[in-house]
Amino acid sequence: MSDLPSSVLYLDGITVSFDGFKALNNLSLYIEPGEMRAIIGPNGAGKTTMMDVITGKTKPDSGEVFFDGAVDLAKLDEADIAQLGIGRKFQKPTVFENQTVADNLQLALSGVRGVLETFLWSASARDKTRIDELLEIIRLTHLRDRMANSLSHGQKQWLEIGMLLAQNPKVLLVDEPVAGMTDSETVETARLLREIAENHSVIVVEHDMSFVRDLDVKVTVLAEGSVLAEGSLDSVSADERVIESYLGR
Amino acid sequence: MITGMLLRSLDKGSYWFLGLLGLIALLVPALHLLLPPESALHVPGYAVALMGKYLCYGLLALSVDLVWGYCGILSLGHGAFFALGGYAMGMYLMRQIGDRGVYANPELPDFMVFLNWSELPWYWYGFDSFGFALAMVVLAPGILAFVFGWLAFRSRVTGVYLSIITQALTYALMLAFFRNEMGFGGNNGLTDFKDILGFSLQSDTTRTVLFSASAVAVGLGYVLCRLITRSRAGMVLAAIRDAESRTRFLGYRVEHYKLMVFVVSACLAGIAGALYVPQVGIINPGEFAPANSIEIVIAVAVGGRGTLIGAVLGAVLISYAKTWFTGELPEFWLFALGGLFVAVTLFLPKGIAGFLIARWQGFKDRKSAPGTATVANEGPAQ
Repeated sequence: MSDLPSSVLYLDGITVSFDGFKALNNLSLYIEPGEMRAIIGPNGAGKTTMMDVITGKTKPDSGEVFFDGAVDLAKLDEADIAQLGIGRKFQKPTVFENQTVADNLQLALSGVRGVLETFLWSASARDKTRIDELLEIIRLTHLRDRMANSLSHGQKQWLEIGMLLAQNPKVLLVDEPVAGMTDSETVETARLLREIAENHSVIVVEHDMSFVRDLDVKVTVLAEGSVLAEGSLDSVSADERVIESYLGR
Repeated sequence: MITGMLLRSLDKGSYWFLGLLGLIALLVPALHLLLPPESALHVPGYAVALMGKYLCYGLLALSVDLVWGYCGILSLGHGAFFALGGYAMGMYLMRQIGDRGVYANPELPDFMVFLNWSELPWYWYGFDSFGFALAMVVLAPGILAFVFGWLAFRSRVTGVYLSIITQALTYALMLAFFRNEMGFGGNNGLTDFKDILGFSLQSDTTRTVLFSASAVAVGLGYVLCRLITRSRAGMVLAAIRDAESRTRFLGYRVEHYKLMVFVVSACLAGIAGALYVPQVGIINPGEFAPANSIEIVIAVAVGGRGTLIGAVLGAVLISYAKTWFTGELPEFWLFALGGLFVAVTLFLPKGIAGFLIARWQGFKDRKSAPGTATVANEGPAQ
């Protein structure tokens, strides 16, 4: 447990099985405060299940998940965990299609969450400034009042990243942020994530190796539900077992 | 603060709608009471009651639109809340009969005398008071919705599964209310009402007051729905409708929002039922029939889901069509209803109101488009 106090996320010996299939098998992972980590691995390696465990969607069969050294995430549900400060971006961009870009950010903005509070709530000047800032960061200022369903795929991905930032989480989990993006959008996304990593811990799950290289961070390779290798992209890509698990299939 | 919230949540369409409701709330009684029966504009008594009934369906449709149109909860059992509100009012009206029943028993309603019951069951206590009955009109559906919703939403029952269990809920209640031992009049339900608050239900004035009260109830229900849907809580509801798990990962407790809107909606449905019963003069277990709940959902779809005004419009239109068909071509009513539903789904996916709103937007855009063109043309000239 020596890693516990300094880790913002601490997963130890996590096992999750679905009908006998072990999606995660004794997985351990530690994320330092302010760290950005890329997670790669072949399909079915357990990347999404790992995110489900951290965000409370799936309960582990065994093992421990701790946030910020002391909070046992296995005991909490999605809403609690989100309020603690763990934000999640889905693989498929998921924004609120029938609301404006600004309203999407407004909904994500940290603060009121209760039924009565939101019913009585009215927009404050501080919220407005914060939304302006966020729109600036994700470069969607000119689309502020557009319905989210009129955005392009890449713009939706950025809006969702903006919503994550609006939550002001301590940890961001980002699932395949550049899937389906054009090259220029991919470069833009890498810039956005690096900017975010300056004051947040970020976990990025990605297939796109050139994008991972662009991020230039420590890489964890998952295979069959556990960690296969960890280190810089160059060192893990030289690893025999990694090559086998990627090419063997 | 309340005025601010009201101003924020009502738009031009709202004022038109509320104005129209206010107008008919005054005009229909006036045309009924002040004009002599031989006048062409005279509204006969049966028509006042019939229109009052349509308005009650309008309020029920409003409650369905609140949960379905704004939070994606397709309830196929809202008739149950309507009927419960109706029964609560019916129980009060039964107690008002007093000793004027066929058996002239001052304590027991006729059907209890008929069943050889010697005393009033405990759950009938208090219903001789109008205030208590009114509280029950809201509480009975509200508590049922709370318990049902708490269990269903906490277990994350959604979509078609939720629709099916709401349907089962109303069906189960129908079977229960059919039983004589339940003490709600069994098959025959509650009827033979004499008066309400001491005023005869047969009198013209009472009828018009009930009609106007229904119009006011629709108006207030509409304002309440607007307050909810235009607030940030309404934004959360729409977010839940469109991407439930996203909303959860933003830290919103989805089940609380669903529960809140479901309970509010059930209370509105109960009020609609309570206004309905004195105007039609009877409440029986047939009101729990699943077909009633489905009919009102179709009415919302036809009028325009997620528009509130459209829901009221759809309910009034469908009820009117039903009155016409069941009078002229009774065997075709269900075919007409089904055909209408298919036609609306195919050709007006956003319902009548959605279609009209889109046309109006198009008209406004066309009107403003030449204006912008002129501005653009002036640019190079300068």
